[in-house]
Amino acid sequence: MKDRAAYGFKMTILSVCFLAVFFLSFFLGRYDLDFPAVVRILTDRLIRFLSFGKLGLVPSWTGAQQAIVVNIRLPRILAAVLIGAALSVAGASYQGMFRNPMVSPDLLGASTGAGFGAALAILLGFSYTGITLSSFIFGLSAVLLAYIVSKASRIQTTLAMVLAGVMVSSLFSAGTSFVKLVADTDSQLPAITYWLMGSLSSIKAKDVEFAAIPVLLGLVPIVLLRWRINLLTVSEAEAKSMGIETGKLRLLVIICATLMTSAAISVSGMIGWVGLAVPHFCRLIFGQDYRRLIPSSALMGALFLLLTDNIARTVATSEIPLGILTAFIGAPVFLYLIITGGSEKND
Amino acid sequence: MIKTDKLCFSYSSNAVLRDVDFQAPEGVLVSVLGPNGVGKTTFFRCLLGFLRPTSGSVEINGKDVCAYTKRQLSKQIAYIPQSYNPVFNHTVMDSVLMGLTSSLGLFEQPGKTEEEKALKALEELGIAELAGRGSMKISGGERQLMLIARALVQDAKILIMDEPTANLDYGNSYRVMQKISCLREDGYTVIFSTHNPDQALRWADRVFALSDGQVLADGPADSAINEQVLKKLYSVDVAVNTVRAGNDQYRVCTPFGE
Repeated sequence: MKDRAAYGFKMTILSVCFLAVFFLSFFLGRYDLDFPAVVRILTDRLIRFLSFGKLGLVPSWTGAQQAIVVNIRLPRILAAVLIGAALSVAGASYQGMFRNPMVSPDLLGASTGAGFGAALAILLGFSYTGITLSSFIFGLSAVLLAYIVSKASRIQTTLAMVLAGVMVSSLFSAGTSFVKLVADTDSQLPAITYWLMGSLSSIKAKDVEFAAIPVLLGLVPIVLLRWRINLLTVSEAEAKSMGIETGKLRLLVIICATLMTSAAISVSGMIGWVGLAVPHFCRLIFGQDYRRLIPSSALMGALFLLLTDNIARTVATSEIPLGILTAFIGAPVFLYLIITGGSEKND
Repeated sequence: MIKTDKLCFSYSSNAVLRDVDFQAPEGVLVSVLGPNGVGKTTFFRCLLGFLRPTSGSVEINGKDVCAYTKRQLSKQIAYIPQSYNPVFNHTVMDSVLMGLTSSLGLFEQPGKTEEEKALKALEELGIAELAGRGSMKISGGERQLMLIARALVQDAKILIMDEPTANLDYGNSYRVMQKISCLREDGYTVIFSTHNPDQALRWADRVFALSDGQVLADGPADSAINEQVLKKLYSVDVAVNTVRAGNDQYRVCTPFGE
């Protein structure tokens, strides 16, 4: 069909843009790298990965070049891709599930829970890994708490869930404020504040490994079930009469989106706008069908965060926190879409 | 064939349906009449298996509706809501494809075969040219036909329609009802509710009137709708007259006082 060909064409363009930005990102930074060295180092890593370390290229690059590519830029680039894709897919899924295009993945408190977990860990003097772990656990706990409250409620499930999310978010937000109040103003308070603004500057390979598992655990079921997420956008009675068990599907979407959001935020800090603006942007380009929206949101989210992180690390002498940049870029783009977005697809 | 036997349903201590006996054979158009709050929606929800009867039973093709799995039931009976206010602008094609979900495996996506089936349903209802349009950008009447197409691809032979023309203008109401009445020829049983007795007289084979949770009238439209039944249902005086339009004669209702 013509429609299918148009989708294929758009996805090809998006993929080419993504690959180009992905590769160019290796050349951005204070230390200059030459093109052949980067290609050879990446090829060597790929061969080593596929052969379980048994094979590899004969090094024709310096140790410093390898350290920059493998230990600094590759983890950072992979983290941006992973986090961007995770937040966008989680946002798109939540929007479908709550039948609201203005919903972001932190609706049920995953971000504020993760923020509180990180702030508490910094206050208690935890290691870097401890902060990440605490943030992840509190992110999951916040959503679990919202879910339990909504289940105990007598009002309509979706509304109860949204209200419980607001309540839990405000609770954890107050908790974070309290932690900031009692934190040491010379060391802990700046660390907490900087964490809350979101950044990939201290990302290491082990962070990517830590986040990759829960992100993939959440991403794979959503990709596989993406057609069925369409059914969550119609009324419960309609979905039921079409033979769809919406309750189980909703719960699965919540679990998957929470896993992705909590894992992403635990390594990057608070990054807003991606989960809200990217799916919306994809809706305008690729339409509303979740068969197309999920893959395009993943790719567009990865591209968006990669570009934003490139700006964050190159535009000024000191790094600009990602949360600030995503808002600076996301808000005007979103405003533009709202103003011109009357020209929605499928007129 | 769908039937209920002494169907009762209560919300806590509030009895909504009491000993309702109903029967609709294949290929008939049944109109359910009754004032607001009489239990029409509850009755439909029981037929659809959404609500379990307090007592009595609902049977589809000889099997209790509660004994079907959701997937099996979706192949027997389909639901068309009163209004459809999409939050997302899914295309008409995608909206119709949703009706095929229960025919697909858990991780399966609709493909070419499903799209052909959906297009055929749209063609049957005369709206194939809308397939690529957004469901938010079509008229209310077209949207109602889209929902009927979505129910048709489900392969269910019983269609439950909750006030199918409630939000439509005069012309669209007529066109939608005309399409609905054609479904009889393909063996569909259509059970629709309406607040307009004229619509029941014009289109329905049978009329099923509910009053105070009980059956007030049940039978062929011409005999079940009369001044007494309408007065009991709506508490207004109504004159039922015969008028000639073209080569046919129709019975119409005129309310005139309380």
